[in-house]
Amino acid sequence: MHRHQGRAVGYNWNWGIFWEQSPEGNGTYLDMLVQGLGTTLLTAALAWIIALVVGSAVGVLRTLPGRTAPLLASAWIELFRNMPLLVQLFLWYFVFPDLLPTPWAIWLKQLPNASFVTAVIGIGFFMSARVAVQISSGIEALPLGQRAAATALGLTSAQTYRYVLLPMAFRIILPPLTSELLNTIKNTSVALTIGLAELTARARAVQEFSFQVFEAFTAATLAYLAINLIATLAARWLESRVRVPGYGKA
Amino acid sequence: MRLMPLMLAATMLAAPAMAADLTGTLQKIKETGTITLGVRDSSIPFSYLDDQQKPVGYAIDICYKIVDAVKQELKLPDLKVQTVSVLSSNRIPLMANGTIDLECGSTTNNVDRQKQVAFTNTHYLTASMFVAKKASHLTTIESLAGKTVVSTAGSTNIVQLNQANATRKLGITVLAAKDHAEAFLMVETDRAAAFVMDDIILASFIASAKDPSAYALGDEAFSLAEPYGIMLRKDDVPFKALADKATSDLYLSPEGKAIYAKWFQAPIPPKGLNLNTPMSKGMVHAYAHPSDNPDPESYVE
Amino acid sequence: MSNFDFEIIGRSLGYLFFEGMRFTLTLTFLAAIGGVILGTGLAIIRLSGGRVLSAVAAGYVNLVRALPLVLVIFWFYFLVPYLGQWLTGSSRPIHVGGFASALITFIVFEAAYFSEIMRAGIASIPRGQAAAGLALGLTPLQSMRYVILPQVFRIMLPVLLTQTIVLFQDTSLVYVLSITDFLGAASKIAQRDGRLVEMYSFAALVYFIVSFAASRGVQRLRALIAVPR
Repeated sequence: MHRHQGRAVGYNWNWGIFWEQSPEGNGTYLDMLVQGLGTTLLTAALAWIIALVVGSAVGVLRTLPGRTAPLLASAWIELFRNMPLLVQLFLWYFVFPDLLPTPWAIWLKQLPNASFVTAVIGIGFFMSARVAVQISSGIEALPLGQRAAATALGLTSAQTYRYVLLPMAFRIILPPLTSELLNTIKNTSVALTIGLAELTARARAVQEFSFQVFEAFTAATLAYLAINLIATLAARWLESRVRVPGYGKA
Repeated sequence: MRLMPLMLAATMLAAPAMAADLTGTLQKIKETGTITLGVRDSSIPFSYLDDQQKPVGYAIDICYKIVDAVKQELKLPDLKVQTVSVLSSNRIPLMANGTIDLECGSTTNNVDRQKQVAFTNTHYLTASMFVAKKASHLTTIESLAGKTVVSTAGSTNIVQLNQANATRKLGITVLAAKDHAEAFLMVETDRAAAFVMDDIILASFIASAKDPSAYALGDEAFSLAEPYGIMLRKDDVPFKALADKATSDLYLSPEGKAIYAKWFQAPIPPKGLNLNTPMSKGMVHAYAHPSDNPDPESYVE
Repeated sequence: MSNFDFEIIGRSLGYLFFEGMRFTLTLTFLAAIGGVILGTGLAIIRLSGGRVLSAVAAGYVNLVRALPLVLVIFWFYFLVPYLGQWLTGSSRPIHVGGFASALITFIVFEAAYFSEIMRAGIASIPRGQAAAGLALGLTPLQSMRYVILPQVFRIMLPVLLTQTIVLFQDTSLVYVLSITDFLGAASKIAQRDGRLVEMYSFAALVYFIVSFAASRGVQRLRALIAVPR
């Protein structure tokens, strides 16, 4: 099918393109993609840490007794869930610095890796809302008796969360958390709009320099599939490692 | 080299073609009754959006001359003209996959690109330069070392920037912007120290900036003056012959000079900006001897 | 921050909403309908097609779900004309405009997500119902059409609508193709007039209001249509 179309429009197929030198002058086209993959993974890893830490805190707040804490948590979740990620990245990149005093703004904008920092924070906060929802529903899914038992044992609220509720909740929500991790990795591609040289951006650059559009995107597609496969297998292994015997798996 | 297509065009004009005899783009236009122009959002003054978000510019005017020739050739007075907004980064695949038939913008004609697409006669010559805020005192390419520098994704300029960065070991962080407007914005908002682009486009961005006196072009070019061409699909001899004839007729006529003056030496929409850029020696030559030669040296007398 | 210019927003409201938001909403609406139809088809094939067919459907769903939307958008913008040529047996790539290309991309992409929702919905209907349908003399397809799917749509409507809100936000990514959706319109004005702070803040606010109101609506609906058990 491809060969036929190629002939029809004069598209020159060249799968050897990856081994040719890129015009950037510091390696082959394959090197460009590998660098992009590295940036994707590093950005996603740091954003995921932010998402987990902030998301857990917000998720716990949402399950606390009283009105203020759950309200604040819900506000956080609604704020970050109801704007497109792309718009959020633009807010962080173009709008946020201009709200600061000028010297800070200049410093922030001239960070050598401003796109990277913005992407990590923007994606991290965006994903934190999703993680928070998972955490709070994981906690709410636990039988009420667990909280009561912990209180009866004399644990404080903090201790109850730290030693009883959160460890159980994390185990329950491991599968949805895995898919949120995969979403984090996929979402890094949105940061190409603020100049982050991640995998999709590098695939596009390969296409721009070499004009080999289908080869470049095929390579990126395969890389994303591989990431997905590895992350899914790792998550399954983790699930089996941390499973509480006789609990969870229905 | 120029004779072949001209002769072909002449024979075609002598015997108006039947739809069945047509091939490639002309056949497509005849069958669909539509020609699709690829246009740019912010390649001032070549191809950009005016106040009504309508594409206008020097290259658009030239393209409509080609459209007129197509109307005549195919006897299609009601030929519909569609425009599609393209980027530096996707214009070549969109030409190859048939989304656009002519690309009317500021596309550098070079040997690498001719492997995928074709170009008609050169309509402008421009060298790759950089713009920076005056306050940053950046004048040479060396002075960009260690800074963040932006260029437009998919342009020849970003390739030249990357090459200079690698060969001179400057340690520049290269940002790829979606289009020229976004790239200039990066300098305006201090996200990047400089923007590397063709000098004429930089000049028009400086002129239309909120404070033109805040910006200056560097003193050092990244390249010789390179030719711009209207882009066509590759291996489409009859359509290229027609476009070549239409453009060379235009450049050799007083109307060509008038169109040049309209966009480069008079106020242009949307803000009445005047670029005050008379034809360079190379441009005078390019108009007098229409050519699709991608070699910058061929335009130096 | 220097002089926040509200006037720029007022002057461009017409362009923002009649050009931009109309594109965004039309795309969202049509892609949701197309995505649900294609997604339902995929879900049925996965649950009741032959082994080969259901493997193909599953492979498709998993492939699409593994890829970032931005990459899929790039793929389809270049690929759709060739696909059109292949489907129609034409001698050259079919001309496809920005809207059609975006619509096809989003249908194909969202179908994978809608399919997972529909699959969960179909699986949640007790098997006895399909058996009862068969016992009444319905073919398996009729039983799916008249017994199972109406219930699935009712149960899954809130989830489908929530996914549509996600789709509404995702359409902003056509920005990467320079298509004039709502965000595209905002950014064109922002860049032309150097008013990023105003235009991006306003765009964010509009997206927030629409998404927040819609998700509140979905919550109401969820309570209203809950099937009594």
